[in-house]
Amino acid sequence: MRQLCKGNVAVVKAALMAGCRSFYGYPITPASEIAEYAALLIPQAGGTFVQAESEVSAINMVYGASCAGQRVMTASSGPGISLMQEGISYLAGAELPCVIADIMRGGPGLGNISPEQSDYFCMTKGGGHGCYRNIVLAPSSVQEMAALTMLAFELADKYRNPAVLLADGYVGQMMEPLELEMTEAIQPAKPWAVRGTPETHGNLVSSIYLTNDLMEEHVRKLEAKYLECERSECRWETYRAEDAEVLVIGYGIVSRILRTAVDVARAHGLKAGLFRPITLWPFPSQALRQAAEKVEKVLVVELSTGQMVEDVRLALNGRIPVEFYSRVGGNVPSAEKIHSELMAHMEALV
Amino acid sequence: MNDYTVVHEKAPAFFDRFARKDENQHQTHYCPGCGHGVVHKMIADALTELGVQQRTILVSPVGCSVFAYYYFDTGNVQAAHGRAPAVATALKRSNPESIVISYQGDGDLAAIGTAEIVHAANRGENITVFFVNNSIYGMTGGQMAPTTLLGQISTTTPWGRRPNNDGMPIKMCEMLSALEAPAYIERVALSDAKHILQARKAVKKALELQTQHAGFSMVEILSPCPTILKMEPTVARHWVGEVLAKQFPLGVYRDHRAEFVPVDVPQKPLAELLGLGGEKLSDAERQSRRKNTQARTIKVAGFGGQGVLLLGQLLAEMGMREHMEVSWLPSYGPEMRSGSAHCHVTLAHERIGAPVITRPEVLIAMNEPSLRKFGPMVQVGGMILYNGRELPEDLQFEGTTVHCIPASQIADEIGAAKVANVVMLGAMLEATNCLPLATARTVLADMVKNPKLSEMNDRALDVGREYLDQDVLALAVAGPDGCGE
Ligand SMILES: Cc1ncc(C[n+]2csc(CCOP(=O)(O)OP(=O)(O)O)c2C)c(N)n1
Repeated sequence: MRQLCKGNVAVVKAALMAGCRSFYGYPITPASEIAEYAALLIPQAGGTFVQAESEVSAINMVYGASCAGQRVMTASSGPGISLMQEGISYLAGAELPCVIADIMRGGPGLGNISPEQSDYFCMTKGGGHGCYRNIVLAPSSVQEMAALTMLAFELADKYRNPAVLLADGYVGQMMEPLELEMTEAIQPAKPWAVRGTPETHGNLVSSIYLTNDLMEEHVRKLEAKYLECERSECRWETYRAEDAEVLVIGYGIVSRILRTAVDVARAHGLKAGLFRPITLWPFPSQALRQAAEKVEKVLVVELSTGQMVEDVRLALNGRIPVEFYSRVGGNVPSAEKIHSELMAHMEALV
Repeated sequence: MNDYTVVHEKAPAFFDRFARKDENQHQTHYCPGCGHGVVHKMIADALTELGVQQRTILVSPVGCSVFAYYYFDTGNVQAAHGRAPAVATALKRSNPESIVISYQGDGDLAAIGTAEIVHAANRGENITVFFVNNSIYGMTGGQMAPTTLLGQISTTTPWGRRPNNDGMPIKMCEMLSALEAPAYIERVALSDAKHILQARKAVKKALELQTQHAGFSMVEILSPCPTILKMEPTVARHWVGEVLAKQFPLGVYRDHRAEFVPVDVPQKPLAELLGLGGEKLSDAERQSRRKNTQARTIKVAGFGGQGVLLLGQLLAEMGMREHMEVSWLPSYGPEMRSGSAHCHVTLAHERIGAPVITRPEVLIAMNEPSLRKFGPMVQVGGMILYNGRELPEDLQFEGTTVHCIPASQIADEIGAAKVANVVMLGAMLEATNCLPLATARTVLADMVKNPKLSEMNDRALDVGREYLDQDVLALAVAGPDGCGE
């Protein structure tokens, strides 16, 4: 049965379905419902919710719970995500799985609480120090908030690495029908965990490698893992892209506006198509190259002054023009505006 | 056979050989005369005496003791600078039977990690903190610590610590014992044999309390750092007793368990928590069951408190129950705080693209400001339902059907101002026919458990609907009493 559910609430429900019984967080709009529903639901399922004294502490509690072998998550937005970056780097360095939901808002600084997509860089490129990556998933609907949260737990465990649910304020705040089906959460064994038991008492979780050679060996090990992840985990979606002359590219809430824009453009005789990355890291470069093989131009649309567009440019490597359109500050473009942008760019081509 | 007894043996909680160390695996990395080694030994002995080595997790900090895990044959976790109490919190919560130790230096605990230690203590986490106060940053080569004494020279206090620039040495035991939750806080010193014995006792007691689930315990250990302080080990020990302990008085600062009544949370089956159940329909099945519905894009706007967001949710819930595709998007920005609110509702027969509605087909304006703001955005051929007897004189909307319903007034007469949104719902359903009225009744009944309010909601729906009918019939604008009861 479908239930009308907020995106942020769907995250908590999905986390419970994935077997997560540990949540450590600190409130911030527009992510707060995640902490609030975690506080409401997780203890009733026998789990732990702690409101930390800051995001710095929250992410370090996540580190502790992950050390102990728990499926654990936290949630925040811009300013809180900035505070978590050191901890995220430690989690990646110590090869600890966890899920972090970032419900993006306007920035930099205190910015505002309206939707933006301006944390793309700090989440996909590694906002903390060192050579690491987060696995970054970008939902565009309430149903996907749930589905990708579950996937995030799975990938985090599989790669022993933080996985990020990167959504904008709109996807977090909106309500849509959500269909959940009870499934048994399959959790891998974690023989490396430090649980304070005789069986695990010889284990050590750490990210410190004192000598150069040991450090390089460790960084190379992470690198190999990330390469494997790039090979295996890219996810994307296309819409009416098969015969498109022009591709629009966007993720999250923008991809839905673009979907409508594609229909508007087609109704006006312009063969437009949509390419929507679902994994932002690993970025589906190969798939994008294929989807763009026959198009003359692509238009990237973001709620940022241009972050993902850099990955699009890298993927297409100068083969065709990459145009860019953005709104920020909480403003979102209409499908009609995207259509007129498309028309302008396509005319320029003639 | 040798007939002598070994009186000094390696503490069993230490590894026999320090295999995690790169070289010199038979000795520690600590300098001669450093307090860390002494504290390690006390902890290792206590773990053995208490029989908890196998279930202990030691959290190593950032500082000279970052490599504590070289030595302790226990579970080991290395934490970021200052964050050990947060890490320890979650380790302990995850496995309440484990014995969790947060081992920290003064920079780690009393500077960068002040928030973490204060709040772990304040939550009464059942962990044990060993706080090694050597009055200096050892690992990074002798910069000022928050515990550095006034006048004490360090590499970042070349004229000695100056109160006017660097503040005063921070007293953590005194600070933390101002909290209600901690169970045990004591300050000891590694100054001479007598005090070292006292320190041993304190270390063991703190751990023992943890095995008894007593709550937060911390032992601050004044400790010599001969290398950085450029003193002979014996002189450094002496200095700890004679100088450091003057600033940081020894003694028990707290020794009683926090008294509070725990509040337990009711447990529920997962399916109930998640709201699972009912049948799952395919898209085709949903389509075939969908009748008497019309796709609409709707904007609801007004003051916060007028039930604007709720009205939108009602519409979305109704649409969902009628097997439509629906989305509800609220304004959640700062404007909410300033008293106005709006939401976007899409009722559709196909997958919904953008849930953001720039040009709605229907606007429900619960107040004049939102009528003025959003009225002009309504699509040509669309509809405005305005909470008022008539439009303000200076406003007209060409190409748009406008219905004025004095919903707030009607609601007042029904007996509850808050049902004004339901009056508008009744009118809107009547005007658009986009969803069946019966569904509104069931959804309202499901959402509102208070029987009195429920009854008023039912009336509000009817009155709204009937008022609209009269409006459509272009009857003279009747007062609410004339609303066909
Ligand atoms: C975030 C961060 N800032 C700074 C450092 C550098 N650092 C390492 S140890 C240390 C001071 C440790 O001093 P203390 O806690 O007193 O321990 P000690 O070495 O004296 O035992 C500092 C500043 C770091 N590792 N991480």
